[in-house]
Amino acid sequence: MRYIDHHAHMASRTTDDYANMALTGCVALTEPAFWAGWDRSTADGFEDYFRQLVEFEPKRAAAAGLQHYAWLGMNPKESDNRELSAAVLERLPALLEQPTVLGVGEIGLNRVTKNEIATYTEQVALAATHGHMVLIHTPHLEDKLKGTRITIDVLREFPSLPPGRVLVDHAEEHTIEAILDGGYWAGLTLYPQTKVSASRAVDMIERYGPERILVAGACDWGPSEPLAVPKFIAEMRRRRHAEALIHRVVFENPVRFLGQSPKFRLPAGVAEAASLQAG
Amino acid sequence: MSSSKPQPSPLSPTELVDEYFIENRNRIIEVAAFLDRLDRADDQVASNDYRVAALNKAIAILGSGTSSRVQDIQILLSDPTTEPLPALDRKGAVGAWDRAKGGR
Repeated sequence: MRYIDHHAHMASRTTDDYANMALTGCVALTEPAFWAGWDRSTADGFEDYFRQLVEFEPKRAAAAGLQHYAWLGMNPKESDNRELSAAVLERLPALLEQPTVLGVGEIGLNRVTKNEIATYTEQVALAATHGHMVLIHTPHLEDKLKGTRITIDVLREFPSLPPGRVLVDHAEEHTIEAILDGGYWAGLTLYPQTKVSASRAVDMIERYGPERILVAGACDWGPSEPLAVPKFIAEMRRRRHAEALIHRVVFENPVRFLGQSPKFRLPAGVAEAASLQAG
Repeated sequence: MSSSKPQPSPLSPTELVDEYFIENRNRIIEVAAFLDRLDRADDQVASNDYRVAALNKAIAILGSGTSSRVQDIQILLSDPTTEPLPALDRKGAVGAWDRAKGGR
């Protein structure tokens, strides 16, 4: 079954991972800018990384037959550094105009500090002012509930940013209702230990239906799974769900959300072929 | 397809048990083994370590008979406060909130 992974940190992955994703049906992926596992020291360091996402990764993806898009922003883990954040944000407007950049992301909160909230708010304002889509990271583990609430509170301060153009990612059982009730898209990221398992993601599709829900692997430099979406597809089939429902979640929904950007275009015939395949 | 309607699994309750019993039997035995392992190391660990105490409370929720066990456990393990941290204390989360020390 063809699928789109909206959240994959391919800069941390091997060329074999691209090839395996393509072999399992992935046709396109989007890569949000994130924390490298260590803190960068300069805005130039960030700009080099952003250049990797818009120049180098699309070529690696294309070699495997995949389309590659990016989201750029100051990630939550480094956003407490206000001085560095200001320097990065100064460069963002021009970088966001690159042809494969879909919007601002992944932005949001980590430990839910005052500085993180200030940097996040500035980036939401930037997106609202320039009409960009937004991909939001929500905090991990015990910080997720509080962080998601504040994330949504800030979004409500920007009525010019349509909720349907915002993806609130890393949703779990205790946060998904608030995200969907706000009119935002909810992302379920499938991780081996933290975040959501394939089985729990299927549970949430069963409980809430497929409307405005996306699934992704969010593979990165830590314990993570580039083939998480095909494993989710296998879990949906294990529960005997219809192919049309699975296709809706892993292909039609990302096309609907990402396709709000005029930059996101699948190759001719791919959507029709995927639809035929799903019956 | 009506987009916002729940989509229950077509599997019958018995089929769900047939399909998932063994792996969940394994999971609960793994949790029991972890707690026994901790006891062998220090039988006071449940009262000394807020993460283990939270795990024991979560296990009580498993037996509660409610149909909101996942949300209840997620909330039990979450920071219930609403105020931002004044300053960054550490980079990562640990998985449970220390109620006795206000989470920190």
